[in-house]
Amino acid sequence: MIRDITIGQYYPGESWVHKLDPRLKIIVTLVFIVALFLVKDFVGYIVAVAALGIVIGVSKVPLRFMLRGLKAIFIIIIFTFVLNMFMTGGTEMIRLGPIAITYEGLYRAFFMGLRLVLLIIGSSLLTLTTKPVKLTDGMESLLGPFKAIGLPAHELAMMMTIALRFIPTLLEETDKIMKAQMARGADFESGSVFRRAKNMIPILVPLFVSAFRIAQDLAMAMEARCYRGGEGRTKLHELKFKKRDLAAALLTCLFLALIIQEQNIMAALMPTLASLASNLAGAL
Amino acid sequence: MGIIEIEDLVFEYKKDEEDSVRAIDGVSIDIEAGSFTAIIGRNGSGKSTLAKNINALLLPDGGAVYVDGFDTRDEEGLWEVRQRAGMVFQNPDNQLVAAIVEDDVAFGPENLGIPSESIDERVRGALMAVDMYEYRKKAPHMLSGGQKQRVAIAGVVAMRPKCIVFDEPTAMLDPHGRSEVMEIMKRLHADGITVVLITHFMEEAADADRIIIMNEGRVEMDGPPAEVFRQADRIRALDLSVPIAVELAERLRRRGRDIPAGIIKMEEMVEYLCQ
Repeated sequence: MIRDITIGQYYPGESWVHKLDPRLKIIVTLVFIVALFLVKDFVGYIVAVAALGIVIGVSKVPLRFMLRGLKAIFIIIIFTFVLNMFMTGGTEMIRLGPIAITYEGLYRAFFMGLRLVLLIIGSSLLTLTTKPVKLTDGMESLLGPFKAIGLPAHELAMMMTIALRFIPTLLEETDKIMKAQMARGADFESGSVFRRAKNMIPILVPLFVSAFRIAQDLAMAMEARCYRGGEGRTKLHELKFKKRDLAAALLTCLFLALIIQEQNIMAALMPTLASLASNLAGAL
Repeated sequence: MGIIEIEDLVFEYKKDEEDSVRAIDGVSIDIEAGSFTAIIGRNGSGKSTLAKNINALLLPDGGAVYVDGFDTRDEEGLWEVRQRAGMVFQNPDNQLVAAIVEDDVAFGPENLGIPSESIDERVRGALMAVDMYEYRKKAPHMLSGGQKQRVAIAGVVAMRPKCIVFDEPTAMLDPHGRSEVMEIMKRLHADGITVVLITHFMEEAADADRIIIMNEGRVEMDGPPAEVFRQADRIRALDLSVPIAVELAERLRRRGRDIPAGIIKMEEMVEYLCQ
């Protein structure tokens, strides 16, 4: 039924990740995305995958929910993979007529694809563990400083809140209009794509009118409840930066430092590792 | 002095410069604090317009409206007026703002700038007052019409108003939802809140302690229910019906039964007949 739909893809839970301040989660997600583009080699990817894996484990969100987000961009991932594989020059591996697959190409394609996958999973982790309402609150708070240069942070957040509230209402409305038009013989299922698109007009026009009517009613109800913009407004749930948020922030810094300095660290460790390996070989 | 004073109110809907429709034409009503007043009228009788004038959603073109001593035309006192005279609208879907019940109830207090801890307390109190506390984490679209309307009432109650204007709150509800909302309304009245109920259901109006009948922008009848319903013919002449109990009493009287004039509710009638 249309009224059972869930908005966004929030996965209810009480984990440590769920409880983090939404502002922090948004920033961490951004940091993670930037970090993915700073990764240069194999070890860097191991660090990124491990970090993401740990967060997913802590969040207790089943992996299949993460992978669901990937389905939508599956084609893009394949496209990126194939493009990188064939278009990168270097040492040839296999040649099939005019196209050649190079070692460099395969390497790059693999990492580009992995980067995209991590990108999607990382950002869907944010929406999976944060209620839409909290997400909106977090965005309002983060955009707050930009009010000085004229960014309507509160208004944007209010618009999102209202949109979230009215998606189900408008869906129900669509359902109702559709049934009303079908009862009068409208046909939405058969015919060519163009024909079907054209047949949608008798739904869209009443829906539009109805949306405006709802907006007018809502505006009046909001005014009656003393709404006068963001100025002087308080919140039922104030966002509070807690100890666990600080811990998460520090861990994020550590992660970012690891990603940036990973090559230097590896270079520093290499002689030790090499000697360790030769010692081991000698002992054997 | 009443909590709501309407003095010679005139209100016109302006279509353009010249053309305007006079929705309210010289209405004077004084509503006492703690009372339960029902305003009845046909569509277009000006009853909804009157309600919006009480909440300063519409401002008078002539005359004045005072809420708890504040003139609705006074910009300075606008928020005082709206906080004191809350309003519940007809459509339960179109007056809820937030995607979660408790956030919606908090909307009014948030607008008033109440500190966060007190909002929590107010939200809890208001939801308990309408028996919706257990639904506080639910999304409005999962609730029934009557439940949504009760959440809307909680949203107004959380602002701690002295008076609540209900603008046809049951018009879009099923009988079950209707009785739920009526129950809450009576309870709020018992708690000392002044209730103004705009309706076209005569049965609901019979619960009030004063009935005002509007017609073509004017007050046609005004008095306690028993007194108003005694003039059943006059009510019918205004294209309105009378409560079933009143109708029944009238017919029984025509057949020679002596039914007391005070009977206007079905329960009262049943009790009288079963004596």
